[in-house]
Amino acid sequence: MEKYETHTHDVIVIGAGGAGLRAAIESSAQGASTALICKSLLGKAHTVMAEGGVAAALANVDTKDNWETHFKDTMKGGKMLNNWQMALYHAQEAPERVRELEYWGALFDRTKEGRINQRAFGGHTWKRLAHVGDRTGLEMIRTLQEKGIHSGIDVYMECTITHLIKDGDRETGAFGYWRESGKFVLFKANAIILATGGVGKAYKYTSNSWEYTGDGHSMAYEAGAELIDMEFIQFHPTGMVWPPSVRGILVTEAVRGEGGILTNSEGERFMEKYDPERMELSTRDVVARSIYTEVEQGRGSPHGGAFLDVSHRGADYVKRKLPSMYHQFMEFADIDITKGPMEVFPTTHYVMGGVKVEGDTCSSTVPGLFAAGEVAGGMHGANRLGGNSLSDLLVFGKRAGEGAAAYASGKSHAQVSAELVEGFANELREPFNNTQGENPYTIHQDLQDVMQLYIGVFRTEENIQTGIDKIEVLKERAKTLKIEGSVMFNPGWHLCRDLKSMLIVSEALARCALARKESRGAHSRVDYPESDDEVLGKLNSIVSFKDGAMDVATRPIVEMPEELSKLFTEDK
Amino acid sequence: MSVAKLRVFRGDAQGGEEKEYEVPVDEGMVVLDALFYIQANYDGDLAIRWNCKAAKCGSCSTEINGKPSLACKTRMDTFAEGETITVHPLKAFPVIKDLVTDVSWNYEVSKKIPPFTPAEDTEWIMYQEDVERGQEFRKCIECFMCQDVCHILRDHNRKDAFAGPRFMIKIAEREMHPLDVLDRREFAREEAGVGFCNITKCCTEVCPEDIHITDNGIIPLKERVVDKYYDPLSWLLRKIKGK
Repeated sequence: MEKYETHTHDVIVIGAGGAGLRAAIESSAQGASTALICKSLLGKAHTVMAEGGVAAALANVDTKDNWETHFKDTMKGGKMLNNWQMALYHAQEAPERVRELEYWGALFDRTKEGRINQRAFGGHTWKRLAHVGDRTGLEMIRTLQEKGIHSGIDVYMECTITHLIKDGDRETGAFGYWRESGKFVLFKANAIILATGGVGKAYKYTSNSWEYTGDGHSMAYEAGAELIDMEFIQFHPTGMVWPPSVRGILVTEAVRGEGGILTNSEGERFMEKYDPERMELSTRDVVARSIYTEVEQGRGSPHGGAFLDVSHRGADYVKRKLPSMYHQFMEFADIDITKGPMEVFPTTHYVMGGVKVEGDTCSSTVPGLFAAGEVAGGMHGANRLGGNSLSDLLVFGKRAGEGAAAYASGKSHAQVSAELVEGFANELREPFNNTQGENPYTIHQDLQDVMQLYIGVFRTEENIQTGIDKIEVLKERAKTLKIEGSVMFNPGWHLCRDLKSMLIVSEALARCALARKESRGAHSRVDYPESDDEVLGKLNSIVSFKDGAMDVATRPIVEMPEELSKLFTEDK
Repeated sequence: MSVAKLRVFRGDAQGGEEKEYEVPVDEGMVVLDALFYIQANYDGDLAIRWNCKAAKCGSCSTEINGKPSLACKTRMDTFAEGETITVHPLKAFPVIKDLVTDVSWNYEVSKKIPPFTPAEDTEWIMYQEDVERGQEFRKCIECFMCQDVCHILRDHNRKDAFAGPRFMIKIAEREMHPLDVLDRREFAREEAGVGFCNITKCCTEVCPEDIHITDNGIIPLKERVVDKYYDPLSWLLRKIKGK
């Protein structure tokens, strides 16, 4: 076969957003030879787009805040389906992980006393989100990037990993290609951390960047790891609606955190009907369903959304607290948000489901394979609270880095079979060799339409089944793809592999959605509108690859110890 | 729906030429949408970097009608009816393929800048008015369009001597961090070549984040360097201390 490079490390981290960077920093700090593999250039990963803030019970603004309350808010937001161990570590460790960023040079917005300022967000009892205006993700990724490049990590940019390699049960490496040259590359490693983010590009309207094609989910699945709770995908309540070109781009929850009000075409503040107590700062699943319902029932804005208005806070305040939003609407939609309302509608934003991991070390069910950040499942249960993803990737990035470095320590590198690698290479080159076949761009658009239509905010058995049937057809069509051009930086070719990943995660989403016959968090079944707390609320969905097909099963959740469950009964 | 004509550079390090495409224009559409249309309907292998399509990641920097621009932020309705739109790669960096250039030099420069260094007994109290100077520079999305337009890099290719506007503000940001204790003035002068900038402000004009690169970053940095090297008192002190 054609020649390829080989690199050998103790630990390789696939994905260079917040979780991947934090994991690589920690792994390297533990003394492991660490590689950080970026699908794009360093610093461009999806974390850069996070806006509103990072949730941590620092108690700088609301002094009553503590980890117990953050833990309870997270579990309640997740409808108690969360991995309690993860939610516990997350609540306890987030403050130190945020302060650590400050030690590394981050400049968060300040309180009058000179401490890190915190803002209100949906589902959080207290003002909890450390932030930098509405560009918190950029601040975090730059800080981690800066720390990372001075931490002795080997950074491999614009490299796409396509296959994980096992020796027996154990992960021993990864195979992929350089985007620039199209040449292949093999990484030998004793531990692999997946930090590949989410799956939003399977949908037509999404806030996610192009990299979000479910690579980590699909590679873990193919490697035999279990995925958990894949039916739960978060539709962020407020994406842009108009013009069509920008539909789906995120409108940060900080707009509501800073006092933004939602109204319908009749001028009614409709959240009064759906959650009179928390109103606009209800959890994302509730707000998304409310906006969707208003539009469905004919009370939408001119372009089919709801009105979101923050102009009453005054032009100076809006420009200072929400500068990106001001520019985003000014430049893309000719709308001045300091003078009038925006139009918003739910947009695919975040997958709660993911690779099933242990909270301690983020190890998956495959030895040597770890996962952190959005690609990992369990932490957020049925619905994620805003701000909890940025803290998640810090807390579990660090834990995964520690866990992987400890696991890799003292192990020797396995031989990688030449036939196996040749098989991967042949599979990847196939679209160049096919004399006829489908255009990957066409299939991608068709998949996005299917997911948007059938596996959306509201679901019925009939809809989901139609979606599954259509995904099966797309899987068949995607077996023979044909592309033009050379192997050098060829986006059409890159899409062929990404498409395979998206089809796997789409199928997992749809099959889990079909199986869960209740409504819980972000999973809303019109045919089963109630939550079944006694039975289904105590079961996780488990996806695995069995006998050549996708298997969906359930498994009882791990019950939390009494000292924690007590926290919830004390409330009542 | 109208139809726009785009002339897009197709080629690689060995050379190339413009290729013309016709693309239907929808309301609010941006140049990046037009490039997607070309990929899906004409040439699937057209190479362009992009990530967020929301002007937040700085990946899709190109030269549109000769001006460094983010393709995701340049609306098609800013062009006159029938106007031909040219899309080329950034000129200051070597072409890899089509609209993708080799920007790796920027990452090498970035790594050389001494990192944030706090005092050991820092209490981590900072006030909003003190962090705002640094926050302005930290809005940078590393689109490298300021590097592209800077004539020291673009016309004179002095990448050996001048770090470019992007990294001037990175040095300035470290220097202005309220809790940083390191002195980077010698680095700014000797390694980063701050003296090469002659304040034409082209960088500031193309910055998609409206960072006042020259006025708030480079000029204050130059002044600090001048204070160190040309202030008569410090000159005398250096003489006495032999530094």
